[in-house]
Amino acid sequence: MAAGVAAWLPFARAAAIGWMPVANLPMPVAPAGKNKRQDEMIILNVSGRRFETWRNTLDRYPDTLLGSSEKEFFYNEETKEYFFDRDPDVFRSVLNFYRTGKLHYPRYECISSYDEELAFFGIISEIIGDCCYEEYKDRKRENAERLMDDQEDNKDAKPPNMTCRETMWRAFENPHTSTMALVFYYVTGFFIAVSVITNVVETVPCGTSPNQKEVPCGERYTVAFFCMDTACVMIFTVEYLMRLFAAPSRYRFMRSVMSIIDVVAILPYYIGLVMTDNEDVSGAFVTLRVFRVFRIFKFSRHSQGLRILGYTLKSCASELGFLLFSLTMAIIIFATVMFYAEKGSSSSKFTSIPASFWYTIVTMTTLGYGDMVPKTIAGKIFGSICSLSGVLVIALPVPVIVSNFSRIYHQNQRADKRRAQKMQKARLARIRISKQGTSNAFLHSKRNGLFSEAPEFTQLPYKMNLSEQSSTEEDQRLNKSTSLLESQHHHLLHCLEKTTNHEFVDQQYYQQSYLEAGLQNYPSRSPSLSSRDGVSGTCCTRRSKKQHAPLQNASGPAHMQPLTQVHAHPRGLQELSTIHIQPLSTSRSSLNMRVDEPASLNCQSSQITTAIISIPTPPVTTSDGDAHLRAGPAHQNVVKVSAL
Amino acid sequence: MGIQGMELFAIAVVIILFMAVLKQFGIFEPMSSFEESSDSDLELSTVRHQPEGLDQLQLQTKFTRKELQSLYRGFKNECPSGMVDEETFKTIYSQFFPQGDATTYAHFLFNAFDMDRNGSIRFEDFVIGLSVLLRGSVTEKLNWAFNLYDINKDGYVTKEEMLAIMTSIYDMMGRYTYPCVRDEAPSEHVDKFFQKMDKNRDGVVTIEEFIETCQKDENIMNSMQLFENVI
Repeated sequence: MAAGVAAWLPFARAAAIGWMPVANLPMPVAPAGKNKRQDEMIILNVSGRRFETWRNTLDRYPDTLLGSSEKEFFYNEETKEYFFDRDPDVFRSVLNFYRTGKLHYPRYECISSYDEELAFFGIISEIIGDCCYEEYKDRKRENAERLMDDQEDNKDAKPPNMTCRETMWRAFENPHTSTMALVFYYVTGFFIAVSVITNVVETVPCGTSPNQKEVPCGERYTVAFFCMDTACVMIFTVEYLMRLFAAPSRYRFMRSVMSIIDVVAILPYYIGLVMTDNEDVSGAFVTLRVFRVFRIFKFSRHSQGLRILGYTLKSCASELGFLLFSLTMAIIIFATVMFYAEKGSSSSKFTSIPASFWYTIVTMTTLGYGDMVPKTIAGKIFGSICSLSGVLVIALPVPVIVSNFSRIYHQNQRADKRRAQKMQKARLARIRISKQGTSNAFLHSKRNGLFSEAPEFTQLPYKMNLSEQSSTEEDQRLNKSTSLLESQHHHLLHCLEKTTNHEFVDQQYYQQSYLEAGLQNYPSRSPSLSSRDGVSGTCCTRRSKKQHAPLQNASGPAHMQPLTQVHAHPRGLQELSTIHIQPLSTSRSSLNMRVDEPASLNCQSSQITTAIISIPTPPVTTSDGDAHLRAGPAHQNVVKVSAL
Repeated sequence: MGIQGMELFAIAVVIILFMAVLKQFGIFEPMSSFEESSDSDLELSTVRHQPEGLDQLQLQTKFTRKELQSLYRGFKNECPSGMVDEETFKTIYSQFFPQGDATTYAHFLFNAFDMDRNGSIRFEDFVIGLSVLLRGSVTEKLNWAFNLYDINKDGYVTKEEMLAIMTSIYDMMGRYTYPCVRDEAPSEHVDKFFQKMDKNRDGVVTIEEFIETCQKDENIMNSMQLFENVI
């Protein structure tokens, strides 16, 4: 329950008097407000700085350290204060959380120290208010990345007993680990450079020969170039095979970008060897030679900057896509306009719209070759608009790309945007689960039978000593698993149930009983019959043990029950090994037992799957652990019956 | 030759661009400048209400000084302006009943507390109401309950009023109840209520009938004492 409204609980309870004259049933006893102390001040001494607050303020969140009895461990008898040896600055935020109900993250705080304080005081970080949550998450992500970087840097420490294969792989990935690796690294780099220069020089015209035409060097010194090419390809092939051998996961290695570049770099040579000097395929052969230029990409293993550029472009894919899209739109629009504007003029170069594309692109990128120029006035007007807008369209996405690059360059890593979205969903799911706790908490308490006992006690005057006798045991359990505030709230809800003579149930149970009510029209499947042979297997697997109890026949769909005798149930807090529907009984004890769904339900309809009954709460501190553990297995059984 | 189609279009575009440039310089203002004047009116900041002094409240209610202090602290925490309007009240009250819809009943409650009918509950109203509910005599409490049921405050509780109240109470239960709340449940409950309370069968319940019947019913008398020590 939210902190602030805890202050209004007395009011809500007082207003319940409005239901009393209307109710037909007697009301349950109010929970014992024993040790009803006057609201007192608590002094919290955090490393010398004293904070004072009311006890009620801290009690608002009973599942945190300060709100539960865990703080008694820190109580100092002599000075009558609670002493915490923690950071007082962060404690301010923590205490403000109790006061205002909102947790804020101060920007000047270090994220990990803040996290530690939150963990110490038992507050989950998802509760941070929306005003500060983005900042918190960003800082946390940055910190995590930085830690990951640190870990990667420590990889140089060589673990002993590496196989030959692992040594080789390490040598390939981190060249500075050994001298051999360094040598290898430089040698390959040299040969890549040689290969690229060879390809370039091959096409340079090399002096005149006796014929009139100038001949490129490649054709003049064919043998020399061929030998050079062969040598480079040998080295590259050997390197590729060695990497393939050393890779821990060959399949993954073969799919990686670098290996594809390697393959593309050496393949043309082999294809060229295989192919004969055939006229038909010589065109294709020439094309293949183009791929030799991909060898230059092998440099990216040697250059960090190149890799970062690659990452940047990949991560800015959406901005680049937007740029491309808007450019395309603009090109088409302006090309069309220019074409129709220039249609009238004679000897116009704008022969078709695709022909105008060229003009538009050249103008928008402010190249302005001048090979196509508009001649009409309309054409010139639109042409000038085109060039002005071109500057804008191109200038807009560029700063985004630049800033991305600089960020990646500094951090050397980039969190996935999709992961952030998933985390946002996960956060909301976590908060929702912890909030569901409130509405489910009441149902849990009912099932655990933690209320003080039967309504007959309302006949007697409300002196608490009477209920104390029966409920001392209950009280201990009460204190362990629910706070006074919660028990008062549950009492309020219980009064409402009594007023209207209906009970709160959770969604799943409601659907079950709804289905059952529908099926009760078939006489052959009366619940009494089926519960008796319920032990036999049905198509739905049952995992809980069954207990038979006398079951009244349901004479019709559920309807409002008359007041029945209240019988104190012999077993107080029994284990919930069955689910047992008693349609007519309104005694609260019947809540503790539920019958298995009779065989009437076929598998399809009992997809009322695993319950939401389960996890009641926000972080469980140690003091609550026992009660929850006890509730746990009981709930398990409740859940499993309806699970397929 | 005359002006052709495209040229006309080009000239139109040029004129539009020219107007855009002028607008930029503020020389050429469009007609819509009159709509913006409303933005300049600042909304009146919410009025802060100070309650009467502690001594006066002590005279008017049956709470001790310390109790009043702690009540005010809780109240002020939730409503720093010192007044609760109906929407806030509904929100607060709904938080206690997560499964159902408590807004209608909260509306009736609000009217019961807001004695001077000005649309907001001040601390005095709050604390005087609480004083009746928690420290008042049984007759006073019954009076308060009757006042709650009597929606139009005419001294008679009719079946329609009672039905409205009953429906709002059943609304708070929500959908997931056992047994399911049927549509006739509130009216059946109202009929039972009237059978019990309406002695002279005139279709309305007066305050005297109400108090008389309640005083004879042990359940009700006992449950009235239920919340004595809430504060």
